[in-house]
Amino acid sequence: METKLRMVLPDQELLRLYEQMFLSREFEEHCAEQYTKGNITGFLHLYSGQEAVAVGATAGLHKEDYILSAYREHAQAIVRGADPKRVMAELFGKATGLCKGKGGSMHLFDPSLNFMGGYAIVGGQFPISVGLAFSAKYRNEDRITACFFGDGAVNQGTFHESLNWAQLWELPVLFICENNFYGIGTEVHRSSALASIHRRTCGYDIPSEKVDGMDVIAVYKAVKYAAEKVRETGRPYFIEATTYRFRGHSMSDPGKYRSAAEHELWKSRDPLPSFAKRLLEEGIATRQTLDAVEARCKAKVEEAVTFAEESPWPEDSEVYSDIYV
Amino acid sequence: MAEMTYRDAINLALKEEMRRDPSVVVLGEDVALYEGSFKVTRGLLSEFGEERVKDTPISENTIIGVAVGAAMGGLRPVAELMTVNFALLAMDQIVNHMAKIHYMFGGQATVPMTIRMPGGGGSQLGAQHSQSLETFFMHCPGMRVLYPATPADAKGLLKSAIRDNNPVIFLEHELLYNSKGEVPEDSEFLVPIGKAAVKRPGEQVTIVAYARMTVLALQAAEELAKEGISCEVVDLRSLAPLDDDTIMASVKKTGRAVVVEECWRTCGLGAEIASRIFENCFDLLQAPVRRVSGLDVPMPYSRKIEKLCIPQAETIVQAVKDVVNGHY
Repeated sequence: METKLRMVLPDQELLRLYEQMFLSREFEEHCAEQYTKGNITGFLHLYSGQEAVAVGATAGLHKEDYILSAYREHAQAIVRGADPKRVMAELFGKATGLCKGKGGSMHLFDPSLNFMGGYAIVGGQFPISVGLAFSAKYRNEDRITACFFGDGAVNQGTFHESLNWAQLWELPVLFICENNFYGIGTEVHRSSALASIHRRTCGYDIPSEKVDGMDVIAVYKAVKYAAEKVRETGRPYFIEATTYRFRGHSMSDPGKYRSAAEHELWKSRDPLPSFAKRLLEEGIATRQTLDAVEARCKAKVEEAVTFAEESPWPEDSEVYSDIYV
Repeated sequence: MAEMTYRDAINLALKEEMRRDPSVVVLGEDVALYEGSFKVTRGLLSEFGEERVKDTPISENTIIGVAVGAAMGGLRPVAELMTVNFALLAMDQIVNHMAKIHYMFGGQATVPMTIRMPGGGGSQLGAQHSQSLETFFMHCPGMRVLYPATPADAKGLLKSAIRDNNPVIFLEHELLYNSKGEVPEDSEFLVPIGKAAVKRPGEQVTIVAYARMTVLALQAAEELAKEGISCEVVDLRSLAPLDDDTIMASVKKTGRAVVVEECWRTCGLGAEIASRIFENCFDLLQAPVRRVSGLDVPMPYSRKIEKLCIPQAETIVQAVKDVVNGHY
C-alpha cells in the first residue's frame, strides 16, 4: 500500500515537485531539438527519465547543503534554482551563460545556490565532495555535501578512496548513486562484480539504502531521512536510486545495446505521468491545474531558448580571463 | 637573518602561515604523527593539533581532490605528496580539476591551495623514486610551479604560495633538504611568484637553472671564473610563470646561454627556455643556446651509472666552455 501523498508533503510542495520534473523534462527535450539545429554542440547528455532522482533528492536537502554532480547535470542545476535561461545560454556557449560560456553542458556551477559543479571525468567529484565536507566541518558550517554520480563511477579508484576517507574522517557526505544500469553501453553486471551497488559500502561500514528512482516521493523520503542521519551523525550515508535514461548516453548514442522491451518496460514507469496520476487520484490537483503547470514550464523553456539565441557571444578577450585569480 | 637548512626554512614557512591564518591546514601521508617522511612537518601536530595537521590514507588522487574541495569551501590547504613521483597518481585531480576549476566555472570558484612535493634524483632510489617531473606541471595552464634553490627562497616562496589564491605546485629537492643558508626571520618575508633571481652576476654566459641545478651552476661558475670565464647565473625560482624579463635581460647582456635542467631532455623546460631565447634574442646571440639535461632514460640504481643521468657541475662547466669557444 502506497503512502498517501498528503502524509508526506503539503499540496503546494507536491505540485512543486511535479513542476520541477516537468520543467526538467521539457528543458532536456528542447536541448535535444537545439542540438539537432546545431545551436548546442559538443557533448550533450540528457536526463530524461531520471527526473525523480534530482527532484526528490533536492527536495530532501537544505539550501545550504552543497550539491555536486557529474556531466548529466542540467536538471540538478535547474531544480536547485539555476535560471533555465542562463543554463540554456551556457549550452549555447553564450556570454550570459551560467559560466560565461566557458563550461558548457558538462560544467554548470552556481555558488549562490551551493551548486558546486558538474564534473566530466567519471568519479572526479568524489574527492572534491569529501573536501567540501571537510571544509564545512572545519568551519562549523551547518551543511552536508550531496554527491551525485552514476553507476559507471563506482569502479573508479576515487569512489573507494572517497568512501573510505569520508568514513575515516567522519565527514557529512551523502553519496547518491543514480543507477541507470548502463555506463555508456556497458550494463552494470558487465562492469561490477557486485552489481547491487548499495551493498558495496559495507567495506567502509557506511549505511546504505536502495530506492526506486522512478518514484519522486520514494526518493524524497529516502534522501530526507539520509540527510538527517548525515546531519545528526556527521558521517556519510549512501543511497542507490535505480532509474533509467530514456535517451542514449549522449546525443551521439542511438542506444542499440538496450532492447525495445526493456525500454518499454521502463517507459511504462515514467516518473512524470505516474506522479501526475497520483496527484489526480488523491485529489491534490485537477487536470486543469496540471495543464497550467505544464504550460508554465513550456513557456519558461521557450523563453530560455529565445534568451540563449539572442544572447551575445563571449568577447575574444575571455579566452585569457579566469585562468588565474 | 638566521642560518638554517632548506628543510627548516620550509618548516618555518608552514608554521608562520599556520599561525597567521587559521584557514591553513596541512594534509598528507604521514605528515602528522610521523612528522613527514622527510621530517619537513616536524612539530606541526604538537603546535596546531589534529584538526589542522591531518594524516591521510595512501590515496594520492584523493589527497589532492580533498584539498581542491577544501579550497573551494574556503580553506587554504597545503597538501604534501610524499614524493613528486606519486603525483602521477594524482594527475587527474591536479590537471583535470585543480588547474581548470577556476576557468571552466567562469571564474566563480577559486582553488587557493598548495601541493608540496619532494623530488629530484641522485639518492640511488631507482627508476620510480628519482624523477624530475617539473615540466609535466609547467605544461598545464591554471597553476603556478615553484622550485626553490636556497633556504631563503624556499621560505619566502612557500609563504607566497600559501597566500596565493591560485593552485600552486611547490617542488622541493630532496638533496637540498640539508643545505644551509641565511634566512630572513621576518614573518612577512615573501618571495614574489614569477620572479627569477640573478644569483651571480657575470658577463660572458648566462646559465639558466633552478633548484639543485642552480647550486651546481653556481659551483660551475666559480670554477669557470678561475679560468677567466665570467658567468651570470639566473635562478628561475618560478617555473610557471617563467620570468622572461630576467632571462632575456641577462642573455641580451651576455649573448650566450646554457640552460640546465634535471628533467628529461625531450620536451623539457630547457627546450622551452631555449626556444623563448631564440624568439626574443636571436639577433644578439653569439652562439646557439646549449642545454644540459637529465638523460632520456629511466633512472638506474647503481651509483656509478646514476651519476651519468643527472647534470653535474663538470658537465655544466664543459657546456659553458663549448659555448664560449664555439664548439657546438
